[in-house]
Amino acid sequence: MNTLYFRILLIGIAIYFQQGIDAQTTTAMDPVYILEQVDANMSAKNRIIHAKMTVHGRRKSRTIESKSYSVGRLKSYSEYLAPAREKGTKMLKLDNRLWIYAPSTDRTIQLSGHMLRQSVLGSDLSYEDMMEDRSLLELYDAKLIGEETVNGRETWVLELRAKVDGVSYTKRKSWIDQERFVPLKEELYAKSGQLLKMIELSEVSRVDGRWFPQKMVYKDMLKKGKGTEFYIVSIQFNASIPDHYFTKAILKS
Amino acid sequence: MIAFLLKGILRDRNRSLLPIIIVAIGVMLTVMLTGYIKGILGDVVRQSARFETGHMKVVTQAYFDNMAQLPNDLALDEVAALSQNLSEHYPDVDWVQRIKFGGLIDVLDDQGNSRGQGPVAGLSFELYSGAGSEPKRLELSNSLVEGVLPQASNEILMSYKFADKLDLALGDEVSYLGSTMNESMAFSIFKIVGFIRFGVPQMDEGTIICDVEDAKVILDMDDASSEILGFLPKDRYDKKRSYEIADQFNVSYQETDDEFKPIMLPLAEQGELKSLIASAENMSFIMMAIFLFAMSIVLWNTGLLAGLRRYKEFGIRLALGESKGHIYRSFTLEAVMVGIIGTVIGTLIGVSFIWYLQVYGLDISGMMEQVESSLMLPTRLTAQVTPELFFIGFIPGLFAMVLGNMLSGIGIYKRETASLFKELEA
Repeated sequence: MNTLYFRILLIGIAIYFQQGIDAQTTTAMDPVYILEQVDANMSAKNRIIHAKMTVHGRRKSRTIESKSYSVGRLKSYSEYLAPAREKGTKMLKLDNRLWIYAPSTDRTIQLSGHMLRQSVLGSDLSYEDMMEDRSLLELYDAKLIGEETVNGRETWVLELRAKVDGVSYTKRKSWIDQERFVPLKEELYAKSGQLLKMIELSEVSRVDGRWFPQKMVYKDMLKKGKGTEFYIVSIQFNASIPDHYFTKAILKS
Repeated sequence: MIAFLLKGILRDRNRSLLPIIIVAIGVMLTVMLTGYIKGILGDVVRQSARFETGHMKVVTQAYFDNMAQLPNDLALDEVAALSQNLSEHYPDVDWVQRIKFGGLIDVLDDQGNSRGQGPVAGLSFELYSGAGSEPKRLELSNSLVEGVLPQASNEILMSYKFADKLDLALGDEVSYLGSTMNESMAFSIFKIVGFIRFGVPQMDEGTIICDVEDAKVILDMDDASSEILGFLPKDRYDKKRSYEIADQFNVSYQETDDEFKPIMLPLAEQGELKSLIASAENMSFIMMAIFLFAMSIVLWNTGLLAGLRRYKEFGIRLALGESKGHIYRSFTLEAVMVGIIGTVIGTLIGVSFIWYLQVYGLDISGMMEQVESSLMLPTRLTAQVTPELFFIGFIPGLFAMVLGNMLSGIGIYKRETASLFKELEA
């Protein structure tokens, strides 16, 4: 009898632990959980990025160097450092407003509406792409649709559908690194289902305790050309950024 | 016999004046309608050529493939050498550079904040730069609502509706934001020196015009241009010549597959104008054919009536012993002479009127202020004297009239000598 009770107890314990293991696996594969982990890597309270963007046009390629400061989701300030024609051009984003300052004219122009969908400096990124920095969880409902290998790394494939209005891309497909929770590839779609952009993210490295891709290649599928490469020269998370960087006065300083 | 008949026509006006007047009027209307239709078609072609197509247009293959997007990153490069080459090979053609561009116009308030802005299409011509043929060709002065043409760097004309929307006055400054040829940001400050009316809603709601040299500086197109347009001598379009030049030019580049190779497009092969010309030619042919048919019926009827009116005269001539064949031949010959006289008179009057319209035109700018069209319509209505005007009148005036006479004249052969006196008594 004792032996029987002992066996039942063992089976019960085994079932309990099995359920625990299952629960853990389910948590790891829960698309919401995956997005939370991605947001934890990709989003930050603030950051300073020194980057180089190489735009591969149909005639020639050119590299634009910039330094950007951003706080949360709403404030961002960028200054272009090179080439000479772009040097001194500044952009300030506050909420959904964007100002561009040109040193050659000493004037500031505010962009809005459909102008934000225009390409930035001939690249494959639009002003909206640059301004869109809300967390994925906030914008999309996620569904896990499979697993694939991208550049030798195992990924979860998530299908994201917009759950709020005014999102630039109503559907996205993301390939998320299963170990590092960083997107390695993304496809961005229009409401009609047309593929608008593809992004490949690589050179993932550890920065301030998080995984972050150092290279991103954007390809606007509606444009001929070889796409735009975005390299991060240096990145700082949660650095101290003075408040006046996010006022219009900074543009003419 | 011809001299005898001519005397008869001149001396017996009762039988010749009315047919000649009717033939002349019919021929005059035919000639005038033909010249007027040719003129309208020519005006639309001329207007499009002036602003849009030239008689020939040189662009890169890549630019041509994306022309609607105004892709200046795909524009012609090394245009100084290309222009020189074109001028050497085709010295009778006026080759001009033009740049089209898009962007945003922004207007600041007193505090330096944006108080209004809108997307804009920019057109640039050799207004004060270049050889000076463009201002005359474009007739921009006629379309000015207020102000003057740009005389100096960074001066622009703005479409009047766009200026109204942004509440702008002459002398105001606006900021321009766009893309350079290398797709960097293009910034400039323009001073408005004139307001212009195109009569085309899309253009009136957002267009600026500046000198092509300004556009080159702003858009970083030092030795580049969106297009090089060619205009044949005296700005007269010659379809055959434009195709000849374009074919010759394109042959020299046919070996290369470079997407940036220059290609030349004759006017009739460009965009909507190609289908417009084809449909307008078809339509004018149908209209002229219908009118010609109607006039032919009228003048044929005149010939028939002439035969009936002279029924008694033919009877007397038969009674006097003149043969039926002689009467019929003289009657037909007389119709030919009346037809020729009427046609010549009608053609002269019609061509004179068309020539007057061609040289002086009819100012319809007052009417056009109320008209909005998707086509760039001319403000001066003209007609066109073409070689066919000198012979088209002969179809109704001579052939139809003579045919009518010949048909009615057949009745001569049915007259019986026995019953002639009875008929004459009646």
